[in-house]
Amino acid sequence: MLNKTTKESQWDFIIEPSGGPLSIGVREIFRYRDLLFLFVKRDLIAVYKQTILGPIWYFIQPILTTITFAVIFGNLAGISTDGVPQILFYLAGVTIWNYFNETFTQTSKTFIDNAQIFGKVYFPRLVLPLSKVLSNLAKFFIQLGLFLVVLVIYVLLGKDVHPNYFMLFTPILVLMMGGLGLGFGLISSSLTVKYRDLTFLITFGVQLLMYATPVIYPLNSISENYQLLLWLNPLTSIIEFFKYAYLGSGLVSYFWLTYSLLFTISLLILGAMIFNKVEKSFIDTV
Amino acid sequence: MNQAIEVNNLSKLYRLGEIGTGTLTHDVTRWWAKVRGKEDPFQKVGVTNDRTVKTDDQFVWALRDINFSLNQGDVLGIIGRNGSGKSTLLKILSRVTLPTQGHIKVKGRIASLLEVGTGFHPDLTGRENIFLNGAILGMTKSEIKSKFDEIVSFAGVDQYVDTPVKRYSSGMYVRLAFAVAAHLESEILIIDEVLAVGDAEFQRKCIGKMDDVSKKEGRTVLFVSHNMASVRSLCQNGLVLQNGTFGYYGSVDSAISYYQHQSTLNSSVNFSIDDPAIIGNEIIKICDFSVRPMSGDLLSISSGVEFELVFWNNTPNINLDVTFELVNLEEVKVFHHAAIISQEKDSKEGFYILKGTLPANLLNAGQYKFNLLFGENQKYLLFRVNDIIGFEVLNEALGFNSSILPGIIRPDIPYQISFKENVYELSKS
Repeated sequence: MLNKTTKESQWDFIIEPSGGPLSIGVREIFRYRDLLFLFVKRDLIAVYKQTILGPIWYFIQPILTTITFAVIFGNLAGISTDGVPQILFYLAGVTIWNYFNETFTQTSKTFIDNAQIFGKVYFPRLVLPLSKVLSNLAKFFIQLGLFLVVLVIYVLLGKDVHPNYFMLFTPILVLMMGGLGLGFGLISSSLTVKYRDLTFLITFGVQLLMYATPVIYPLNSISENYQLLLWLNPLTSIIEFFKYAYLGSGLVSYFWLTYSLLFTISLLILGAMIFNKVEKSFIDTV
Repeated sequence: MNQAIEVNNLSKLYRLGEIGTGTLTHDVTRWWAKVRGKEDPFQKVGVTNDRTVKTDDQFVWALRDINFSLNQGDVLGIIGRNGSGKSTLLKILSRVTLPTQGHIKVKGRIASLLEVGTGFHPDLTGRENIFLNGAILGMTKSEIKSKFDEIVSFAGVDQYVDTPVKRYSSGMYVRLAFAVAAHLESEILIIDEVLAVGDAEFQRKCIGKMDDVSKKEGRTVLFVSHNMASVRSLCQNGLVLQNGTFGYYGSVDSAISYYQHQSTLNSSVNFSIDDPAIIGNEIIKICDFSVRPMSGDLLSISSGVEFELVFWNNTPNINLDVTFELVNLEEVKVFHHAAIISQEKDSKEGFYILKGTLPANLLNAGQYKFNLLFGENQKYLLFRVNDIIGFEVLNEALGFNSSILPGIIRPDIPYQISFKENVYELSKS
């Protein structure tokens, strides 16, 4: 402390108009790590307070969605599941898709939903979207547990499913899924601050995106020409890889997985930059 | 002394009107100007933030060129009328919004109390909210843990710690929120009128806590309030803001007196007799009218008010009188009282000097203005002027209550209090 007598180094921080380019402040986020985990805890606890079934809802949601899909797409529409039992096929899709879906829709509301807090107190704004990624990750693992239980039952029953060592890729797949959700979420939350019209588009857009991703149908049921188009969707390779790892049915492509990885990284960098720029002037324009 | 805060040329530009319509065109215009290396076209048109004058400009300076610095342990009161930029300054200091120009250098952590209970979640229990709220305000989990018991007992909610806060009474809710904030471990504390929470008992506790924070713990405090009584009791220095610009910086008493004198009406008028702008007509001309405290430097409830009028009379040999009319902010006439100058048709041509006093503990706190009526025979009006000068009487705490009490007068009543055990004694005495 004593040698810090030079005028400039005596200040801890400086509040300036622009606040340094691209200063995302990883160190500051680390300093607020307790807040990050408390937000995660709040998200997980508060949602099911005063409900009778409480956390059991985490299981009911995917089960109900899976049954709906099985009835509508599997039986009424008769879409192929590539020989995999319908329940298992849809549950796999729903489990991993939900992680992206929830992360994206929740982070995309960061600014609008928290305008009240942001207007009153300072903390690194990035903490909020990050907490959504983590709380949804916890939810994802709970639902993955459900999926694994169902999977084991089907394997014991001797059905045509072949879990394999590609399961070791799960952490990378999950990270990419969360990264994509966060990246898209950061960008749309920043844009909705100025252009509110986007909020209406997001709900609709996510639904459309699900149909443009092989969640309820296997990719190999699509003709070659359209397959290329679907591969361009960075979510496609992740979901196909996931299905192959756990069900033994799906298209694995290292090329397209690498593509998705690079896509995720650039999306995250772009998202953080835009978010960082918007958070500074946000409170004056909200 | 170590510097804690240094504010340099701080300015903040706000946009008026509705935001959101046509932003795309603005963005494009702004981008085009930048490409050509020109100045931002929307930044030039700012006017100062005087809300009484309507302008066609779309942008307004909420703050303009503010400079000051604080040492560690200083307690600064920031005062000014509504819209003078106090809240904007606090928002920039607490990093909620960024300045348009200038910068602030800060040493230490800043914790701001712009509103109590920020981030409270109604479904979470008191305990959960203490941790969440503390973390939002910048504390770590272990810091909150070490202060937890202190916070709970300060708020007086021991019994309800594990109840969701939505079941709290509003008083309990606010007390808990304040307690969390007041126990923050930060070097610099920013407070915006949150003392106006809870009952008188809790308010006293809050003021005591604020005092501890600054005097015993040596923390730097910035305090914004309209309540001059609490500003005076807490702060050493005062900063006065005026329509977003710098007004005055100095000791708290002189800052408050500066603030009082910048009320919409002048606190005194002063003309030389040949000044064409002099108030009056061919019979009466008012040269000088002013008010000041009878004792001390500040006009307050206990200071008493002294006023002095100098006028020039043109008509000799009439029965001349002057009526002083005092009106408060609600346009209620506090009094209408005449000074009879001559009763035997013997007024003289020349200057009259009148001095009057209103005793201490008569006027309640608030803003007042004078009307003057000059008359003949207490019947005919020679000259009348309304709202000639205005002044403000500062509030003073009565017991534990530091808010302004209702009523036009605020007498100091010497109560005689006695006590009897039972009715028998009462009837006997």
